[in-house]
Formats: sequence, C-alpha cells, structure tokens
Amino acid sequence: MTSAITATGLRKSFGDKVVLDGIDLEVESGTTFSLLGPNGAGKTTMVQIMSTVVHADAGDVRVAGHDLAREPAAVRAAIGVTGQFSAIDSLLTGEENLLLMADLHHLGRAEGRRRAAGLLDQFGLADSARKTTMTYSGGMKRRLDLAMTLIGDPRVIFLDEPTTGLDPRSRRMMWQIIRQLVAGGVTILLTTQMLDEADELADRVAVLDHGKVVAAGSPEELKRSIPGAHVRLHFADATGLDAGARALGEAFRHDDTLTLEVPSDGGAVAVRELLNRLGDTAAGVDDVSVHTPDLDDVFFALTGHPTAEPTPEMENAR
Amino acid sequence: MTTMTLAVRDSATMTRRSIRHVLRYPVTLVVAVGVPVLLLLLFIGVFGALKAGLGTGPHVSYIDYVLPGIIVMTIAYGSSVTTQSVNRDSTEGIIGRFRTMAISPSSVLNGHVATALVRTLVSAAAVIGVAIGLGFRPTADAGRWLAAAGVVVLFVLALSWLAVAVGLAAKTVEGTTGFILIVQILPFISSAFVPPGQMSGSVRWFAENEPFTPVIDTLRGLLTGTPSGGTVLAAVAWCAGLTLAGYLWARVLFRRDLNR
Repeated sequence: MTSAITATGLRKSFGDKVVLDGIDLEVESGTTFSLLGPNGAGKTTMVQIMSTVVHADAGDVRVAGHDLAREPAAVRAAIGVTGQFSAIDSLLTGEENLLLMADLHHLGRAEGRRRAAGLLDQFGLADSARKTTMTYSGGMKRRLDLAMTLIGDPRVIFLDEPTTGLDPRSRRMMWQIIRQLVAGGVTILLTTQMLDEADELADRVAVLDHGKVVAAGSPEELKRSIPGAHVRLHFADATGLDAGARALGEAFRHDDTLTLEVPSDGGAVAVRELLNRLGDTAAGVDDVSVHTPDLDDVFFALTGHPTAEPTPEMENAR
Repeated sequence: MTTMTLAVRDSATMTRRSIRHVLRYPVTLVVAVGVPVLLLLLFIGVFGALKAGLGTGPHVSYIDYVLPGIIVMTIAYGSSVTTQSVNRDSTEGIIGRFRTMAISPSSVLNGHVATALVRTLVSAAAVIGVAIGLGFRPTADAGRWLAAAGVVVLFVLALSWLAVAVGLAAKTVEGTTGFILIVQILPFISSAFVPPGQMSGSVRWFAENEPFTPVIDTLRGLLTGTPSGGTVLAAVAWCAGLTLAGYLWARVLFRRDLNR
C-alpha cells in the first residue's frame, strides 16, 4: 500500500493562537480518512494547508507523491477540494459552472461538455442545469460544488464537512456519492463533526482537538474505547425513580429530570435483561431510550471536556 | 504547455466568465453609462451659462470643457463595479477554489482587469456618443483620438488594479465603500468641472496635485485642442505608478493565507 497523503509535525498559528500543534497523519491510497473534531479543532486549517491555500509554519506534507512546499502546482493538479471554503459562481448556471471548470482543466470543448452532462445527470442536477445557481437549494449547491471538483478527475479529494447543514436525504445522497468515488480508486480525506458520518464512510479516523490528534484508529476501535452507550429510563414520578434505582443498583440518577442512565451496549439482549432486572418497578417507567456514543461522548472520554466549548470563529471563516 | 500559453489561456477563460456576468446583468452597464450622462446634463444645465465666469476660455463651450472629466468619472464608476465583483469572488469563496486548482495564478485577477477594460471602454464610448449628440465638438484627428484612447486605457488599468487589490483586501462588500467614495469624489476636486485656478487655498493645491487632474487635462488637450502643457507626462507617470502599486498589492493579497 502506498500513501496518498503524509503529514509530519504540521504546525500553524494565526497570531498567538495555535491552531495546529504538531500533527502527524498518513492516508493510504484508495481509502477514506476522516478528521473528526468540533468547531475550532483545526480541521479546516488542515485541509487548507494540504490544498495549498494556507502556508504551514512547520512540518512536511506530501500529497499524491509531491512535496507541498516545493511543488504546489503538482499537488494542485492531483487534488480536488469541496467544502466550506470552496464555492460556486452564483451568477452562472450549474452547467456554466461545470464548463468553466472544464475549461480551467483544459479538457477541450467536446470532452468538457460530455463530462459536464454526465455529472449533471449523476448528481440529479440535469433539470436545473440552465438555471443560475442563485436559485439552487443548499443540497443542490453542495452537489454542484462536488461535481465541479470531480470534473478534473482528481486522485485525492478533500471534503471539508461535506454534509454540514444538509437535510437527511441530501446527506444520504452525498454519502452514496462518496462511496462510489472510493470504489473508483480515489483517496478521500473527509472532515466531519459527526461520529456517525465518520463511522459510515471512513476506513480510519483521527480525532482532532485543539490542534492535536488525541486518538486515531478504525471507527470500531474508536467506538470500543468510548464508554458512552447507555439506556435512559424516564420515570413518571419520584417514587418510581426510587424503586427503579433500588432495583438496578449501578445507575446514574438524575432527580431533576426523573431519569436513570444505565451503562449498556444498547443491544436488544442487553435491553431485555435490563427490563427483567427492573421487574415490577418497570411499571413506573414511562419512556425507554437507547443512547449510542456520539461525538460529545468521544470528546468527553478522550479529552475530559465537552465539544461545545472551544473557539468557533476559526472554523466559521470560509 | 508553457507558463505563458497557460497564463493566456486561463486568463481568457476567466475573462469570458466575467464578461458573461456583465452580459447576464446588463443593468450594470446601463448604470455605468446612465450616471455619467446624468451628471453631464446636470453640469451643463447648472454651469453651462457661467462658462466665461468659470475661466474656461471664451472659445470653449462648457460641454467641451467638462466632457473629459465625465469620461474620467465613467472610469471611476467602472472601477467601483470591479472592486465589488472581485470582493464577491473573494467572499463567496470561488477564489479559494481557483487557488486549489492547477491554473495560472495570475489569470483570476487578469480576467477581472481585462473585463473591466472592455466594460469601461464600452461605457466611455457610449457616454462620448451621447455627448456628441448633446453638442460636444471634439477637434481631434484620428491620431489624437487614438492617443486619448491610450490615456483612457492607462487610467482604466491603474484604477482597475487598485480596485482588484481593494476587493481582495476587504472582508465584506462594505469594506470597499471607502475606495468607491474616494474615486467618485476625487473628480469633483480636480480640473473636471472648474479650472483649479479658480479655486482657493488648499483646495486649489489639492486639485492641482491629485492624479485625476493631469489625466483630465491630457484628455481635454487631445480632444479639444486646449494646451495641456506638461500634463501628459504627469498623467502617464500617475497611471504607471498607480498600476504598479495596485498590481503589487493585489499580488501580495492573492498569495497570502486564505481567511486571514
């Protein structure tokens, strides 16, 4: 296996704010790698450095076999970028946007038209191809953005939070497209705030927090390391809560919300066993919910602080 | 492909893109011609009767005196459109996309400047056409017309490169209003409407030494045959200096880290 992306000792500060504090990572060719982290973790800055639009203060990066600092043009020729800071031309139509990209890739008129038509079809944009993109929905804009990235056949694709702000249907569609790309042999580096997205798409995940990689591994390895899964029992009244707490023993009790949280893997067998242990006191339970680990749990487990706290302004900048 | 052919080809693609913007929203072009024509009518109406008192000379009708200033205002308005369209590219993020692509880096800004040149020359020609209809009587022969066109091109380049740099520097479109205000006010404190000799004190000093005055005087000399003295050299020097400053500033801004 060869590496499509390697980064060693990557550092970047904006003023006295340290954004990347010595990042090492390696992405194998033909795989999907996910950078997982909250706003302000440094995900976008990582992508911006690897796609040549922000200069690193220190560290070495190789993308598609080319050194980033010495051969930025060769890196640009191999990559495609879609995300928070990539964009479309809102005064042109979807088709014109794609043809503009085709021209900039020097594809030639016929080939450009052929690829643009193919991508419009593939991304469900054929009906809106002749409308200016100002009229597009958020999901359509994101799909067009990705189509514009793909028209040059990049070998390495950076996707910076490609599904943030999309409705569930558009999100599924984006996931489907990403899977097809990987099946076609490209390497994808994806940033996300959502554990389920990394779980769904990535071969390997690195968790980024305050500019450091705090954990790395396959999604399965990461989830096993998190003790976040639990069953939440909501009781009708305080008497029921007391009885339930006595029956179960080890459970986190929240008197204010009348709930008990019981650590569990959330599977059907575990839930049945839990309800058996409750016995008659189960009558006092008016709601049962299974809570699986999310990014908050990962973060809390790995860093000891929640995701919501750190500086939002860095990642919001486009 | 050599660097040079790549630069020409990508610049042509970027120019086609910007021209398409202009053609899609032609109202920009209508305003670019309409506003100077309106100002022309206004100034002929207000000051036309006073021309002798203004010291513009007995043989020069006021429209002949004022038109070079109106042409320069057309150029200034054109540069405000340029700065806003560069700023839109920058804030919408498409410049970020272009920068990740293996294209000639200069092409993005070249496209804006080339489009500004075409757009401004078209509006200036239209303004001159209307002015001729209103009684503007230039005395220039073909050679002087060509020289005047050359001065216009130089001044468009100067203001366009500054406009590009300002558009890149501003974080929002509001950030470009300072530049727009300056280029639209400067003609009023120049030789455009009243000879600086008629002004007093510091205003006079300013009008005699700001860049719009030599450009206007040079155009006036070429089109209507008034003596323009040493203003040609000053006009060309100002244009070259402003172009260089704007170009270098824009280049630095284009290469700096995104999001800074």
